[in-house]
Amino acid sequence: MNAAYEKLLGGRSGLIGLLILCGLLLVVFPLVFDIFRLNLVGKYLAYAFVAVGLVLCWGYGGILSLGQGVFFGVGGYCMAMFLKLEASDPISTKIQSTPGIPDFMDWNQITELPLLWQPFHSFGFTLLAVLLVPTLMALVIGAAMFKRRVGDVYFSIVTQAIAAILAILIIGQQGLTGGVNGITDLKTLMGWDIRTDSAKLVLYFVNAGLLIGCILIGRFILNSKLGRLLVAMRDKEERVRFSGYDVASFKVFVFCVAAMFSAIGGAMFTLQVGFMSPSFVGIVPSIEMVIYAAVGGRMSLLGAVYGTLLVNFGKTYFSESFPELWLFLMGGLFIAVVMYFPNGLAGLYQSHGKLLLSKLSGWKRRRVISLAPPAVAKPQPALADVTIELPHGSLEGSK
Amino acid sequence: MVSLSEFGAIFAMQGFNGLSVFCVLLLMALGLAIIFGQMGVINMAHGEFLTIGAYITYLLSKLTTLYAPSLQPYYFFAAIALSFVTAYIVGYVTEWLMISRLYKRPLDTLLATWGLSLAMQQTFRSIFGAKEVSATLPDWLMGSFKPTDSIDIPINGVFMMALTAVLTGVIFLLLFRSRWGLQVRATMQNRLMSGAVGINTRKVDRSTFALGCGVAGIAGAAFTTIGSTGPTSGSLYIVDTFLVVVFGGAQSLLGTIASAFSIAQTQSTAEFFLTGSMAKVLTLSAVILILLLRPQGLFAAKIRK
Repeated sequence: MNAAYEKLLGGRSGLIGLLILCGLLLVVFPLVFDIFRLNLVGKYLAYAFVAVGLVLCWGYGGILSLGQGVFFGVGGYCMAMFLKLEASDPISTKIQSTPGIPDFMDWNQITELPLLWQPFHSFGFTLLAVLLVPTLMALVIGAAMFKRRVGDVYFSIVTQAIAAILAILIIGQQGLTGGVNGITDLKTLMGWDIRTDSAKLVLYFVNAGLLIGCILIGRFILNSKLGRLLVAMRDKEERVRFSGYDVASFKVFVFCVAAMFSAIGGAMFTLQVGFMSPSFVGIVPSIEMVIYAAVGGRMSLLGAVYGTLLVNFGKTYFSESFPELWLFLMGGLFIAVVMYFPNGLAGLYQSHGKLLLSKLSGWKRRRVISLAPPAVAKPQPALADVTIELPHGSLEGSK
Repeated sequence: MVSLSEFGAIFAMQGFNGLSVFCVLLLMALGLAIIFGQMGVINMAHGEFLTIGAYITYLLSKLTTLYAPSLQPYYFFAAIALSFVTAYIVGYVTEWLMISRLYKRPLDTLLATWGLSLAMQQTFRSIFGAKEVSATLPDWLMGSFKPTDSIDIPINGVFMMALTAVLTGVIFLLLFRSRWGLQVRATMQNRLMSGAVGINTRKVDRSTFALGCGVAGIAGAAFTTIGSTGPTSGSLYIVDTFLVVVFGGAQSLLGTIASAFSIAQTQSTAEFFLTGSMAKVLTLSAVILILLLRPQGLFAAKIRK
C-alpha cells in the first residue's frame, strides 16, 4: 500500500497536487462554466493528453517529437471514421447517388466503401485502432530511429517531416479522408446523440477522468526505475548505454506511451468537437502542442495540464478580442518561456511559489530554501511530481 | 505518334524543370547549411528571413517604379544587396539577443526561433497586409529563350541558376578558402580550443549566424522572380529546407548540394507520373527512409564523438 502510494501518487505533495487538479476539473469547472464553455475546456483537455505525453518523452526522456499531431490526428481520425459510418446509414444518405457511404466519398465519385474503412463498422475494432494504430506507428518510427541512434535534433526534424507527409497525404486523398475539410457532421455514438448538452457533460467527465488516469500512469512510469533511467539517459546517454542498458528500447517505450496518450486525446477531441480535420495533424499544431508542455513545465505532468489550459484560454480570449496581437503574444510566450523559464509554470512554482506559500502559512519546509538559487537552466524536480534527485541536472539535452 | 524532336523537347523541359527545383532547394538550404549544418542551431525562423528578402525586393521595385523609372532595369541587383544587408542585420541582432544564450540547448533554439517566426509573420502581416504581393520584374528578366520551336526556357529560371551558382561559389570560398572561414570551422568543431588559440568565438558565432540569415535574404530576393510573397510564404519551405540539409549530412556543403539535386530530381520525375502532392509525399518518404539507413546523411563527416 505504502509503495503504491509513493509510486502512483508521489507522496503527500504529489497527492495534494493531484487532488487540486481533480477538484478543479471535476468540481470547479463544471460548476463555474456553462455547457458551451465547459465543452471548450474539454477540447483543451484533449490537447492536454498530448502535453502529458510530451512531458514523459521530452521533459524526462529528452526526445522532442515535433510530430505528436500525427498521433493525435490518427487517434481522432479512427474515432471519426467510426462515427461517420454510423452517421451515414442508408436512410439518412438516401439522396446520394450511392446511399450508405459517407457524403464526401459520394462527392468524390466513390461508389463503394474503401477497404480501409470496412473494419470501422465495429466499435470494438475502433477502440483498439485508436489505441494501437498510433502506438504501432510510434513503435516503427521509434525503433527505426533509436536503434540506429538517430540523435535528438535529427529525430525532431524527421518527426516534423512525418507530420508534413501525413497532412499532405490526408489533404491529397480526398475520397478517402475528406480532404481539407476533414470528417465532419458526426452525430451519434452507438445510437447516443453526442450533440446534446447532457452528452457533452458526460463526455467532459469521461475526458477529465481519462486524463487523470493518464497522469497516474505517467507518474507510475516516472517513479519507477524506468523513470530514473529516462532522466539518466537524457543527461548522459552514453553512460547508461555502457552500463549495459538497452537505451533504444526505453526510448521507444516512452515514445509509444506518449503516442498512445496523444491518440486518446485525439479520439476524445473528435467526440467532443464533432469533427476531425488535417489542421490538427500538421507541423503547426504539433509545435503548438509542444509549447503547451513547455509553458506548463516540461518536467511536470500536472503542469502540462495547467499550461495547456492557460495557453488555450489565452488563445481564445486574445483571438476573440485582439486578433492582431495574438501571434505576437504567442511568439513572445515561446521566446520568454524558453529563455527565462525553461521549467515553465511548474518551475516557477518550485522556485518561487513554494517559498511564498510557506511564508504565507508561516510553515517553513526545511528543503525549499536550501535548494540552490532558482537558476534558469537548472531543472529541479518539478511540482509535486518527482522524488528523483538529479545528479547534475541539465535541461540542455544530452550534449 | 510522338516525333523524336517532340520527345526530346519534353525531356529537355523536364530536365530544366528539375534543375530549377534544384536551384530553389539549394538557395533555401545554403543559409541553413551554415546556420544548422555548421553551427547546429535549429533556426525555425529561417523561412522568415527569406521572406524579409522577398519583401525588400518588393519594396524596392515599388520605389523604383514610383520615383526612378529609368533605374528599373537595374534595381534588382540593388535589391539583392539590400536584402542581404537587411537580413544580415536582423540575423545579427537575433543572435545577439536570443541565440547566443541558447547554444547549449539546441532543442530550445527550435522553440525560441519558432516563436520568433510567429512574431515576424505577424509583423509582415501588419506592415504589408495579409494579401500576397509580387515585385515588378525588370523587362530583361521576362520572356524566354527559344533554342528550337518546341523548347521554351524562361529567363528568370536561368537567372536563378546563375545566382545559385555564384552564391554557392562565394559561400564555398568564404568557408573553405578564407581566414574567416577557417575561424568558423575551428569554432564549430571545438569552441574551447578555438577560444584558447585566440579566436574571438563570440564574434565568429554572431557573424556566422548573420551570414546564414543574409544568404536566406538573397534567396528571398531570388524567389520574387518566380512567385509572389505573403506573410507565411517562408514557413512553407522550412521543412523541405531542413530535410535537404539533414539529408546531405549536416556538416557538409557538398552534401547539401548533392541532396538538393537528388531531392529535386526525384520530385520533378515523380511529378511527371503523379499529382504534385503525391510526388511530394513520395519524395519526403524516400528521404526519411534513406535517412534511417544513413542517419548522418549522405555525406557524413567521419568524426569521433
